[in-house]
Amino acid sequence: MEITLILGTPLAGALLLALVGHKRWAPELNALMSLVTLGAAGLLTARVISEGPITALQEQFFVDPFNVFLVALTAFVGFTTALFSRPYMRIEEHHGRVNPARLRLYHSMYQLFSFTMVLCLLSNNVGILWVALEGATLSTVLLVSLYRTPASLEAAWKYFILCSVGIAQALFGVILLYFAAEKVLGAGGTALLWTHLYEVRTQLEPTVLSLAFVFLLVGFGTKVGLVPLHNWLPDAHAEGPTPISAVLSGLLLNVALYAVVRSKVLVDGALERNFSGALMMGFGLLSVVIAAFFLSRQKDIKRMFAYSSIEHMGIMTFAFGMGGPVAAFAGLLHMSVHSLTKSAIFFTVGHATQTTGTQNMADIRGLIEQSPTIGWGLALGTLAILGMPPFGVFTSEFMVLTTAMHEHPWATPFLLVALGVAFAAIFGKVQPMVFGEASARRLPHPPALVPVFAHLAIVLVLGLYIPPYLVGWYRQAAAFIG
Amino acid sequence: MADTPGIAFQILQSVFVVLAAPLLLGWANQCRAWLQNRSAPSILLPYRTLAKLFHKDAVIAKNASALFRLTPYVVFGCMWLAAGIVPVLATDLPFAPAADIIALVAVFALARVFSALAAMDIGTSFGGLGARREMLIGFLAEPAMLMTLFTAAFISGSTQFNTIVETLGNREFAIDPSLAFAAAAFLMVALAENARIPIDNPTTHLELTMIHEAMILEYSARHLALIEWAVAIKLFAYVSIGIALFAPWGIAEAGNWSALPLAFAALAVKLTLAGAGLALVETLLAKLRLFLAPEFLSTAFLLAVLGMLTHFLTQG
Amino acid sequence: MDQTFSGQLVNLFAAFLLLIAFAMLSQRRVLTLIRLFAWQGAALAASTLIVAYSTGQTHLYFSAALAVLLKVMLIPWVLHRLIDRLQVRWDVETLINIPATMLIGIGLVIFAFALAAPISEMANTVTRSTLGIANASVLLSFLMMIVRRKAVPQVIGFLAMENGLFFAATSATYGMPLVVELGVALDVLVGTFIFGIFFFHIREQFDSLDIRHMEKLKED
Repeated sequence: MEITLILGTPLAGALLLALVGHKRWAPELNALMSLVTLGAAGLLTARVISEGPITALQEQFFVDPFNVFLVALTAFVGFTTALFSRPYMRIEEHHGRVNPARLRLYHSMYQLFSFTMVLCLLSNNVGILWVALEGATLSTVLLVSLYRTPASLEAAWKYFILCSVGIAQALFGVILLYFAAEKVLGAGGTALLWTHLYEVRTQLEPTVLSLAFVFLLVGFGTKVGLVPLHNWLPDAHAEGPTPISAVLSGLLLNVALYAVVRSKVLVDGALERNFSGALMMGFGLLSVVIAAFFLSRQKDIKRMFAYSSIEHMGIMTFAFGMGGPVAAFAGLLHMSVHSLTKSAIFFTVGHATQTTGTQNMADIRGLIEQSPTIGWGLALGTLAILGMPPFGVFTSEFMVLTTAMHEHPWATPFLLVALGVAFAAIFGKVQPMVFGEASARRLPHPPALVPVFAHLAIVLVLGLYIPPYLVGWYRQAAAFIG
Repeated sequence: MADTPGIAFQILQSVFVVLAAPLLLGWANQCRAWLQNRSAPSILLPYRTLAKLFHKDAVIAKNASALFRLTPYVVFGCMWLAAGIVPVLATDLPFAPAADIIALVAVFALARVFSALAAMDIGTSFGGLGARREMLIGFLAEPAMLMTLFTAAFISGSTQFNTIVETLGNREFAIDPSLAFAAAAFLMVALAENARIPIDNPTTHLELTMIHEAMILEYSARHLALIEWAVAIKLFAYVSIGIALFAPWGIAEAGNWSALPLAFAALAVKLTLAGAGLALVETLLAKLRLFLAPEFLSTAFLLAVLGMLTHFLTQG
Repeated sequence: MDQTFSGQLVNLFAAFLLLIAFAMLSQRRVLTLIRLFAWQGAALAASTLIVAYSTGQTHLYFSAALAVLLKVMLIPWVLHRLIDRLQVRWDVETLINIPATMLIGIGLVIFAFALAAPISEMANTVTRSTLGIANASVLLSFLMMIVRRKAVPQVIGFLAMENGLFFAATSATYGMPLVVELGVALDVLVGTFIFGIFFFHIREQFDSLDIRHMEKLKED
């Protein structure tokens, strides 16, 4: 029931907004749809907490502690981003960067994207997960090129080609997985159902599965933005509308990583050695280090935070690669706090670029003086994402680092240096933007900053005190991944 | 093995190929004329041309060396040898042990080298030009040819033509993708090696494009006749190799006289089809620029390699 | 139909698929490229049909029909329409000359076969070579996307890659569950349309479909 609501609302919203997305009240409708999805996600969460994992619709969908927390997170960030996009897109329209037809496309695709995200998370069928993840690319690619500038077209083309090629590799991985599963489970529908695969994971053919995992990691890893498959990510984040940057960073990357972790669980069951973990640690570490060093070279504010996303996805991939309950716990926590913090940052960055009319960091100055809320939002968000206590990012990074020191001491220096470099780069660039002489103009619509502070507040709370049911939740999921 | 019926078969086949080769050429030319809506020449025209040439007096350039005079005989001999040892009518001939695929390619190469040397011997510009082009084609075609033959050799486990034909001819019917690749490659190589379209055009003497004709421009009378005859035998030999590798059904065994009529009939049908097919190919395709010849032949090489790889993949 | 014979037929179509992948790699004209793509789809449908017939998996008939409809008719037609509307019947430019591309292609095929060899060992299907060939054609399409400069051939490369994957699914595993196959087909179809929309946008902006114009976004 709740599942139908979660999936049905954004799908209905997409259809509805395809018709009325250009109307004056469309942004409110968009937010309302997201709110309904969030409510349904809340109901589902409550039910899973009380009843435990459930499956629905002939086992095509299933919910366990791992994906329900991501569903809740996705629905929440989806809703707050819809709130943020309301004034943001109105201002863009006012500035003449979008017309009603494109707004209609934007709103419809926004809901469709939400739909693919929850479908990915809730689907029990690995094949459908693939289809939904490809659908996520398809629904956002026209949004990245929404402004139709040469740069945005280039970014969208790159995004489309790279992600499609990457995801095609993942499809080959899925086929291999099916090939292995079919021998155990028999041909037909159940051989791709995750719950069934999980039960027989120790009987799956190791050779096939290790090959399948390589393809799955490369495929889904392209979407996660793992170096060296990350090329599309900074461009797509920088050139698209900011709400899209926020959901790409906050949701899409998480969901892609979710797919990788799901595959890892299966492969670990089939293989004796820690093949998948080693691969993920390698990719993760490489992403952290490369992204950190690219951070200092950025001039565009959205590109810089896009690289920061690559860095954080690297940390999570590394954490899940290490395995074990603590690292998996840290990875899950980092997933939540990164998603919240990064989308909050993109919200403030969106308004900051609108007030100054540029994305070039050298031209953005004195945000606090001109608009204190935007300035403080950016400052706090940056501190949070850089892992300053008492924010939640600190907690999760600290856990990752200590586990790494314990189990893979060789990796710690790389991580520490990368985090240091990232800190210096981002802090050095954000500080003059926030303080200093003002260079801003007034916005025609009041910015929506409630979501920013709501996100940061949650991140702060998670840094100070994680509610016990959340801990239980993370623990269950971590045990299951670990 | 060298018993009397075997020897009789060998002689029969050797005489047969020499005599039948111009007929194949005539048939192909006739088919081509039909396809191109021209009135067709007689199927016996190649014989008449040969007879005419044999009756003429040879003119030889003053500065020609003995090599120039010797070459037609060598080329004719090579082609005859090749056509004689390939299993055309029967397997297990007395000369069959000589019919190793590598040796066969070497025999063709020998003829090529002599042609090229003779062409350069006179010192005219066309001769040198033709020789160079011929060597370029040969340099590219031979690896492809070897690869094709090796694919067949891998399937049957031997480089002996005889064994290959026996294995392929007598096994259960099976569709083998590797043989399909090899056949496509062989067709391309055969077109190139026999100086047919799309690599060379045997009917033109346009100096910019000709390859084989440029080499034999200085020959006349009986020398030319021998070379033309050798060309016909070469075509015949290639068609026979193709048949032996890819459609070996109906071939007789040496000494088995009762199977001979069937073998003749099967061969006649296959040759008729092959001649018509050649005419069709030559009508449909246009001649490639010389600089595209490497591309054409590298494609043939690629197909041959693919055939071999597919063989390893399917048979493991 | 006898299992061995149908296996051989599927092998033959697999070889045909590989051959077309190479032909596409060497092809200079866009229109021929589209025609080759349609042929590839036809080979795919035929092999699916044979697998369906010999194993009695009814849903594979559906897949075969889907392949014919989508890959032999609809997508080639859309592509034809597109290049007519865009008037881009130019010859395809390649980054590397064609014989060199072919040699790289052979290398890829060897790599793909080696990769698939341990898996083919344990395949109980008669069509054990097909995984290797599917893998090879995926890699070849990938190569094609890399060496082509223009947008349309790149897209055809992408679609050909999907053909290779579809082939892997039908012949090595006797087909994925229908719901997945439908989803994949839908994605491909929508993707093709979005590519089409893109072509117009790109041309509007750059007056050409040359990807070289789209190399501005780089790290300094």
